[in-house]
Amino acid sequence: MTVVNSTSTPSLFARLIDTGAHQKLLAFASLVLLLIGFSIASPNFMQTSNMIAILQATSVNGILAVAATLVIITGGIDLSVGTLMTFCAVIAGVVLTNLGLPLPLGVIAAIGAGAFCGLCSGTFVSKMKIPPFIATLGMMLILKGLSLVISGTRPIYFNDTPGFDLISLGSIIGDFFPALPIPNGVLILFLVAGITSWILSRTILGRYCFALGSNEEAVRLSGVNTDRWKIAIYSLAGSIVGIGGLVMASRLNSAQPALGLGYELEAIAAVVIGGTSLSGGRGTIVGTLIGALIMAVLTNGLRILSVAQEWQTVVTGSIIILAVYADMVRRKKA
Amino acid sequence: MLNRRHIIGAASAVAFVLSGNFALAEDKLYIPLISKGFSHQFWQAVKLGSEQAAEEFNVEVTFEGPDNEGQVDRQIDMLAAALAKKPAAIGFAAVDSQASIPMLKKIDKAGVPLIAFDSGVDSEIPVTTATTDNVAAAALAADKMAEAIGGAGKVAVISHDQTSRTGIDRVDGFVNQIAAKYPDIEVVSVQYGGGDHLISTEITKSILTANPDLKGMFGANEGSAIGVVNGVKEAKADIVIIGFDSGAAQKEAVRSGLMAGAITQNPVGIGYETVKAAVATINGESVPKIIDTGFYYYDKNNMDDPEIAAVLYD
Repeated sequence: MTVVNSTSTPSLFARLIDTGAHQKLLAFASLVLLLIGFSIASPNFMQTSNMIAILQATSVNGILAVAATLVIITGGIDLSVGTLMTFCAVIAGVVLTNLGLPLPLGVIAAIGAGAFCGLCSGTFVSKMKIPPFIATLGMMLILKGLSLVISGTRPIYFNDTPGFDLISLGSIIGDFFPALPIPNGVLILFLVAGITSWILSRTILGRYCFALGSNEEAVRLSGVNTDRWKIAIYSLAGSIVGIGGLVMASRLNSAQPALGLGYELEAIAAVVIGGTSLSGGRGTIVGTLIGALIMAVLTNGLRILSVAQEWQTVVTGSIIILAVYADMVRRKKA
Repeated sequence: MLNRRHIIGAASAVAFVLSGNFALAEDKLYIPLISKGFSHQFWQAVKLGSEQAAEEFNVEVTFEGPDNEGQVDRQIDMLAAALAKKPAAIGFAAVDSQASIPMLKKIDKAGVPLIAFDSGVDSEIPVTTATTDNVAAAALAADKMAEAIGGAGKVAVISHDQTSRTGIDRVDGFVNQIAAKYPDIEVVSVQYGGGDHLISTEITKSILTANPDLKGMFGANEGSAIGVVNGVKEAKADIVIIGFDSGAAQKEAVRSGLMAGAITQNPVGIGYETVKAAVATINGESVPKIIDTGFYYYDKNNMDDPEIAAVLYD
């Protein structure tokens, strides 16, 4: 880069930074670096089967993270995504296994349960003015308990619903391209991410999502019913979590009522690594996807390298701090 | 400048990650063990046993497990990563044996022998299972309880859960033994505390409140047993306590006489036998379908015997 270049016409790199794509670029560069690094370190890392294993490990956390992104952009936080996922899976179990209803009804019930719980959280936050952290913390505990109550604390298996395991484990892509057996769970993640990304950038719901996170008071004063839009966003996030619950249940061919606690933090970590600001108003779904992939690549790669489990979490934690620090530095500059 | 610093930061993160790569010796057989838990002392003792066997048979082992015992999906991801490393065999303690079957089929298809340990898998895939006979172990606890309370009175059980094999077998083993052999003993309550010390403490106190004439309690795993000890201490009750497993707090309770005694499994032996069976299978030798790794009853009189002290862990 010559002096003339950097003073008169900004380089492509500089322009990317100015447009705010830099955080995404940084996350993406880290992902690529991790992939290259692990490939050099172990010949077993870069195999098709292992790449598919990583994508599969991303599928549920990715879907939860997409839902969490929506809420975080509004300036809120959703601590209930993990146990809501479990709750939706249990609801699917009740509808399909205990009541013996056909598969589509189970899918609708799970997504509906998610949307309803999102509506509840949204109402607590907007109408009742409970801070999102507390409202969703309450929901997290309520749903954890309800999952155990409804299931009788035992896993519900989907052995009587043929085809249920195909939601996550089947491979439509593999049917057409046998060399690339990418499981449907991964396909669902990308579909959910694509649609959510479209909603955020192309619809009025998406615009209000950002507006609420940037300056809720200004939006309210300009005559917008902010409560209604906030409830809509929480409900949308809830229904996405419902899809996550189905993908999880299908993968395990069972609804595991004890599962879920701690998954919200991993989802939030993926969102933050992907460059979405916890103070709201800024964020992208693509960034979140990259964030979720970084977490999965890191976990898988460290395992492949036989790094002791104690150290795996130390590394993951360090990466989160590094990512947020990079975000802080960038914002101070802006 | 900022960008360069960021890139250096990201690069150093990768370097940090890679510095953790202790190159595996290529000629050694590699056997990963995927456990049900990790940080709990019991699992650390299993890990120790597997490492002892690894040294003896000159193989490479790694030991991993989910942070808590509910995380079925995490365990499946761990199995996938283990399989990618092209292992000679895999050791596996299932959180939910049904849910992990698709992954086990994949391992089977790849021709990697699977050795189950601690909890069995409802499948023909594992070559063998290295485990404690939990029904017999809990029956021994029932015998010791009957002996200590003089063969008559009310007793209660606190267990960790009603879903895992160990939870089911220990409760059944204890309750059935009492029903079969001791008609004058009544099991008034069986409750589940998730292996959590605090929850088990609260349950103990409520059982004591409901049954002031209770003679004894059996805690079916380490967390449950500690909970019973704490609850009895807080309620200032005087009953016979029989525990399960060991750990520093439980050993101390036995030593002080607060706990009459406890059953210990042989976690070091479980880890050792798993790796030993894996090596035997790789070498084409046949192994029995179930390897009983044994259990012992210990109290303050025998806990320092070398045979017992070797299987107790802190």
